[in-house]
Amino acid sequence: MIHFVLLISRQGKVRLTKWYSPYTQKERTKVIRELSGVILSRGPKLCNFVEWRGLKVVYKRYASLYFCMCIDADDNELETLEIIHHFVEILDRYFGNVCELDLIFNFHKAYYILDEVLIAGELQESSKKSVARVIAAQDTLVENAKEQAGSITNMIAQATK
Amino acid sequence: MSLLVSLVANNPEGYWNCVPKCVRTLERLTRSQDIPQEYTYYGIPSPWLQVKTMRVLQYFPSIEDPSIRRSLVEVLQRILMGTDVVKNVNKNNASHAVLFEALALVMHLDAEKEMMAQCVALLGRFIAVREPNIRYLGLENMTRMLLVTDVQDSIKRHQAQIITSLKDPDISIRGRSLDLLYGMCDVSNAKDIVEELLQYLTTADFGIREELALKAAILAEKFAPDLSWYVDVILQLIEKAGDFVSDDIWYRVVQFVTNNDDLQAYSAAKARDYLDKPAVHETMVKVGGYLLGEYSHLLARRPGCSPKEIFHIVHDKFPTVTTSTKALLLSAYVKILMHSQPPDPELQELVMGVFKKYESFVDAEVQQRAVEYFALSRKGASMIDILAEMPKFPERQSALLKKAEDTESDTAELSATKLRMQQQVSNALVVSDAKQTNGTPVAPLTRLSSAPRNIDQMGVDASAQPPPYSNGAVARSAPAHPVAPAPASPTPAPAPTPAPAPPPSAADLLGDLLAPLAIEAPPTAVPTPASTPANAILALEAPPSAGLAPAPPAPGDSLALALMDGPPQALVQPVGVIADWFRNLCIKESGVLYEDPLIQIGVKSDWRGFQGRMVLFFGNKSPAPLVNVKAVTVTPSNLHVQLTTVPEVIPPRAQVQSPLDVVCLHASREVPVLDFSYTSVNVPVSLKLRLPAVMNKFLQATPVLAHDFVPKWKALTGPPTKLQEVVRGVKPLPLPDMADLFATLHVGVCPGLDPNPNNIVAAATFYSESGGATLCLIRVETDPVDRTQVRLTVATPDATTSFEFKEFIKEQLIDIPSAAALPPPPPAAPSPASLGLTGPAAVLAGLI
Repeated sequence: MIHFVLLISRQGKVRLTKWYSPYTQKERTKVIRELSGVILSRGPKLCNFVEWRGLKVVYKRYASLYFCMCIDADDNELETLEIIHHFVEILDRYFGNVCELDLIFNFHKAYYILDEVLIAGELQESSKKSVARVIAAQDTLVENAKEQAGSITNMIAQATK
Repeated sequence: MSLLVSLVANNPEGYWNCVPKCVRTLERLTRSQDIPQEYTYYGIPSPWLQVKTMRVLQYFPSIEDPSIRRSLVEVLQRILMGTDVVKNVNKNNASHAVLFEALALVMHLDAEKEMMAQCVALLGRFIAVREPNIRYLGLENMTRMLLVTDVQDSIKRHQAQIITSLKDPDISIRGRSLDLLYGMCDVSNAKDIVEELLQYLTTADFGIREELALKAAILAEKFAPDLSWYVDVILQLIEKAGDFVSDDIWYRVVQFVTNNDDLQAYSAAKARDYLDKPAVHETMVKVGGYLLGEYSHLLARRPGCSPKEIFHIVHDKFPTVTTSTKALLLSAYVKILMHSQPPDPELQELVMGVFKKYESFVDAEVQQRAVEYFALSRKGASMIDILAEMPKFPERQSALLKKAEDTESDTAELSATKLRMQQQVSNALVVSDAKQTNGTPVAPLTRLSSAPRNIDQMGVDASAQPPPYSNGAVARSAPAHPVAPAPASPTPAPAPTPAPAPPPSAADLLGDLLAPLAIEAPPTAVPTPASTPANAILALEAPPSAGLAPAPPAPGDSLALALMDGPPQALVQPVGVIADWFRNLCIKESGVLYEDPLIQIGVKSDWRGFQGRMVLFFGNKSPAPLVNVKAVTVTPSNLHVQLTTVPEVIPPRAQVQSPLDVVCLHASREVPVLDFSYTSVNVPVSLKLRLPAVMNKFLQATPVLAHDFVPKWKALTGPPTKLQEVVRGVKPLPLPDMADLFATLHVGVCPGLDPNPNNIVAAATFYSESGGATLCLIRVETDPVDRTQVRLTVATPDATTSFEFKEFIKEQLIDIPSAAALPPPPPAAPSPASLGLTGPAAVLAGLI
């Protein structure tokens, strides 16, 4: 299973973390620090798998972001690499030519999408279309709610309460 | 699918009918038939599903149904053949993901030779691919393959490529190839591989160096074509990567060298060469120093190797090393000195000079050694036996292997070390006859704990465990790995014994002489149970005692207890000395009668006249109930003992009480015996414990005044009521102590009755059912000149009582327990007093 997902920028800033195994707050910061050190210092031509603390970490670099996933020692690494790519493709499709800024400003949406794709450390949905559909539905809900909250009738109702 | 995988992983039993379904799904997927478009990923239908399906299939041992099997094989075949390196990276990755999973499945199925050969060929191609990911996976899968099948020959063909990957810039790949090399090493290619590893060591980065050093050492040990090569390799290893060579490695070398005579001269020569160099690592100094100390005399003939030169070579390094190494080097010096017979006066001067200089060194260990060696070396040739070479080590499991296993927790699960452990130990390095020790089973030997030499007169076997080893250099090297259950640290034993089986008394003497050489332990003379410190790993070459009766460890020697693993303990052993407890209870009213890891038996007693009541407390210390509990008393003729029944089962961590009534019928020294047995977790234990219903429990001190005493004394004129005896072999004790002893025995000393200050007069009343209250009078005459004899006179109205009482007192006087806990028995000095005493006793004598 995937133990955690980590998105780190080239400068070492953490953009997204998702933990599927119990780690205390202290452990988390420690892990992040360690892994950042290891991964950011790797050259471009090296392989995408690192052994770390008995587990494997599969990482892929997309522009200035490193996507890392930590898996068990007996999992298939290439498969995980593809999971990363799958996730990135979905993000791309959703945001349209996604870049790091998109993830910074819409990190909540990134988390929603991640939750659609991965559950409890396993791949849940391997179809980009279904994920896109679901997220789109969620977005419309949000829009409707916003609209309602901003409508005149609502404002009056609030004021006279 | 993931759910299915986890369920099946837990228990594949009920899921057999999933298998055909899985196979069919797999078929569909690979043939890309009617899969909805959206699940296709770069032209490969849902690679993840394929992977997971294959995972599930891996959990089933084998597939019976031939048709299903055939279709599966077909599918796998297609995958194996069909996967190509494609331009599109992602498609590539996906397809290869499927491929590797298929490989794993093939390995698992262990199908046909042909498929396996195909797989190996594929892997062989992969490890040469430029893409690092593929290389990495190729290496990893090859390592896994080693474990499953015996395709080792085909794998060996790729050896050159693997060695190249060892130098890959990518650390993950390097790690993998190291693993692979380690796994595929065997007698034929060992030499090359180890040389490669050594070379690599110099350029490797620090993280991997320790593991590398360890693995190189293990490989060298397992597959060395000949022993001298092995010694070479290890010395080289130390030279190149001294910091990373753990102590275990050089202990192992020393073990081998000690056990193989032909190696000794060679390794000593090599050691000398290495030490000659200007900059030498500390471990090298340790090894070199040790080897030269032991075996330099073998080199004495060669040019440039006279003892003096060797001494100089080693001593040059002396100032630069740490204290523990200094200690080791001191031992080496004294051995060099001793071995150079006839003694070279110059050398002696030099060595003694060194000893004198370090006699006031800050570190206690070094100081002690310097002082003792100085004294020893002056004794001359007789010491040569003590300082002879180390005896051979018994064969044991390599501590290195254990350590390697532990350090490998970071790497792939089916680590090559495990593979190694399962393989046969190669016979390349045959350890020649281990010195005959107690015949202890050697295999699970862990830390050898000290066995206190229990020289207990009560008849506990004076046995000892196989010689525990104390480290020459480091005070009790720490366990190799805290996790490792029983770290074995084979360290040189400082116990030279020329005779293979010295008789126990000689061993005691040797024990005395050896004590200073027990490099770790503070010198203990005759080791006694109470005085063996936990650290006293006295390497006494144990006389093979009759039967391996594991000696009960000294109380408080918890270290020994915790780590002692040796002989399979079918019996539960008491945690202390039963005789000591008994003696204690003879004097005190309550205490522990017996204790072992499972049960504790305590006693509280109360005595009145000729009756007494003892309550036995049986406490179950273990978490399991004690069943089949039986307690029966064996009563001697002089007592009447009644024990209330003990319950059959004692629940865990509970205490059961059982009162015991004792009536004294007449005087006697016999004691009842409690026959106690129980079963715990199917281990039956049976004990025979003496109950402390001894004579002194029925005694009461009676102060008697002179005018009462004298007539009574006169009234009893001779045997059988008045008995006199000269008691010899008494441990000398001053009079006050003797008086104390009598007090503890409830015998009241009456001061002033005897004008002779060297005499003690005492009176007590002995209660028995038959005799009622019997007044017993004693006079003990001591001789200040010779305190090992006393004249004992006992008078009571009853003949048997007199006799028994006299014998009892005699026992107390002669019986010197070695434990210092008890008050020393009165060393009644002998006074061959006869009725014709003159001087001070004349008055009393006149009265009598």
